[in-house]
Amino acid sequence: MPFETAFLATVLPELILLATACAVLVLDLYLNDEQRGWNHNLAILGLAATLGTVGLLSNNGVTIAFSGSFIRDPFGDLLKGIILILTIFTFVYSRDYMRERGLWVGEYHVLVLFATLGMLIMVSAHSFLTLYLGLELLALCLYPLVAFDRDSKPGAEAAMKYFVLGALGSGMLLYGISMLYGATGSFGFADVAEVVNAEGLENKILVFGLVFVLIGVAFKFGAVPFHMWLPDVYQGAPMPVVLFLASAPKIAAFAMATRILIDSLGALQADWGEILMILAILSIGLGNVVAIAQTNIKRMLAYSTISHVGFIFLGLLAGTQEGYAAAMFYTVVYALMAAGAFGVLAMISINGLEVEQLDDLKGLNDRDAWLAAMLALMMFSMAGVPPAVGFFAKLLVLDAVVSVGLTWLAVVAVVFSIIGAFYYLRVIKLLYFDKAADSTPLRLAGDAKIAITVNGLAVLLLGIFPASLLGICNAAFSG
Amino acid sequence: MGFEKFLFFLFAIITLFSAGMVVTRRNPVHAALYLVLTFVATAALWLLIEAEFLGIVLVLVYVGAVMVLFLFVVMMLDIDVAAMRAQFIRYLPLGLLIVGLMMFNMILVLGPGHFGLEHFAKPAAAALDYSNTEVLGRELYTTYLYQFEIAAVILLVAIVAAIRLTLRRRPETKYLDPSAQVRVRKGPDRLRIVKMPTEPVPAPVSQAAAGGKNGDDQ
Repeated sequence: MPFETAFLATVLPELILLATACAVLVLDLYLNDEQRGWNHNLAILGLAATLGTVGLLSNNGVTIAFSGSFIRDPFGDLLKGIILILTIFTFVYSRDYMRERGLWVGEYHVLVLFATLGMLIMVSAHSFLTLYLGLELLALCLYPLVAFDRDSKPGAEAAMKYFVLGALGSGMLLYGISMLYGATGSFGFADVAEVVNAEGLENKILVFGLVFVLIGVAFKFGAVPFHMWLPDVYQGAPMPVVLFLASAPKIAAFAMATRILIDSLGALQADWGEILMILAILSIGLGNVVAIAQTNIKRMLAYSTISHVGFIFLGLLAGTQEGYAAAMFYTVVYALMAAGAFGVLAMISINGLEVEQLDDLKGLNDRDAWLAAMLALMMFSMAGVPPAVGFFAKLLVLDAVVSVGLTWLAVVAVVFSIIGAFYYLRVIKLLYFDKAADSTPLRLAGDAKIAITVNGLAVLLLGIFPASLLGICNAAFSG
Repeated sequence: MGFEKFLFFLFAIITLFSAGMVVTRRNPVHAALYLVLTFVATAALWLLIEAEFLGIVLVLVYVGAVMVLFLFVVMMLDIDVAAMRAQFIRYLPLGLLIVGLMMFNMILVLGPGHFGLEHFAKPAAAALDYSNTEVLGRELYTTYLYQFEIAAVILLVAIVAAIRLTLRRRPETKYLDPSAQVRVRKGPDRLRIVKMPTEPVPAPVSQAAAGGKNGDDQ
């Protein structure tokens, strides 16, 4: 099926985002240093317009365009919406941090917008080729963002590590995709699924491809044993970049895992489920235990990410509609919590202070009670303390795992979560019960405060009323 | 069939040999040249599987453009070969161990037992008038239009990222700004006319110099 003009209407959100990124790129040429705020405003306006278009085009049906390369479905619409909202949060949280360090330049906005475009492309990919190109677009924006502070040695080192390991992960994924192409003769998810349903594990190339594709997915998620890049990248990158890296791309990675594993390789669920089980146990175990030993807050949160990835895998490996919905719920919730936690860290890294060590958080309550409360809420939520939403997300995943008869796996996950609760609660102790070295009150921008309040309330309200988001997650997998 | 197989093994051996030389050569220029040989032999392998267009593109783009550029860069960089050599020897045993294990695994999994011709039949050869250049062009601009456009965006991002990471204003470098040079006017920029009274000159020798100073460039 060749090109039709109607396809352009289907990809309107992506087109608007692309146009915004290009407009910022050109506008930046005509601005002097005092006027950089226009980049910020234009970027947020473009993101909001994209968000509105996603909402307008959204319906319960499924549209496939560009010869089966592109799919628009309720699942994708929800994830796109959340990615766009998280990107807006990223811009709002990061303004003061970047401005103070002389990093408030047009390239920052352009690269983040292109990365968001890459994520949208990944979310609505309906063929391996589209998915891979979206992933590369995202990754190629993230590498320079990690090294965005050109004079920072840890930044350059982190970017180099990220680049080399990311290229290795992409290579694995691409090798797996080429094997699947060899076995099925097609890139489209629907066509691959057809062959997989007919042949299953009889086809040796399919097995071979499946393993490499899974390694690629695990690399991008940062699951153990493919997690080596995560702590170093978090530590070396500027805080707003970590904020961006930890939130939105996790949702895109989840979309990638779902599209590959469920949409195209769903018939092999029993096989990839076993591999995911090993990855999940290792991630939850190593992430939670090693995080205790960290004194650097960014590294600690990196290991916390690893353990949360394990939980997302738990939901996927259950292989039921309930499990997939739980994993989706967990991913969305985790991205919100990560955005909030790193958002607070980016907001308090002003006036020459760079929050790196846990001790830098001491006595935050005396300096700004509201921010401390928000950070404490995020920590409670990550630890899984009710009524924050993190509790509910963990409960759903564990419920899905238990209902397929893997009770021992749920017990292991709970034991390691309890171990992990220690390092989250330690942060709360530092916030409230320790004295700050410098207790001058913080002066923060109003819009960032509004954003963190919205973010915190979302975490709290979703925990008390989870039914709305859960209903959408369930609907996405009921088809 | 027999000659085709011979060609396959010939080019495969050349590829393996030159790839090994890329890693082990002491001189980076030699390593780059061996990489060129690897690409050429790979292009020949691609021709054997009837991917003529890709084979030619590999030679044109990688050998003709990328590697030549790469050679220039290698020649301009001042690489400390001895230090690299020391690292190489230090990690050699570990590297060999990993390569050995991977080879063993790959022979177990990928051997003819699992991937032989009896499991996967050889695809039929394309018709004589089949042109994969034409098919590739047609598919790229119709079926794969969306992917083609994404690839264009990726290239744009690569430009933005490279400029962000490497472009710096360096105050110590002395350079000319042609647009500023062109815009210079004779008036106040290049020439300044100073009105001053004539001075009594003691010696007649310096009279010419003083007269020149008072400017006749109106």
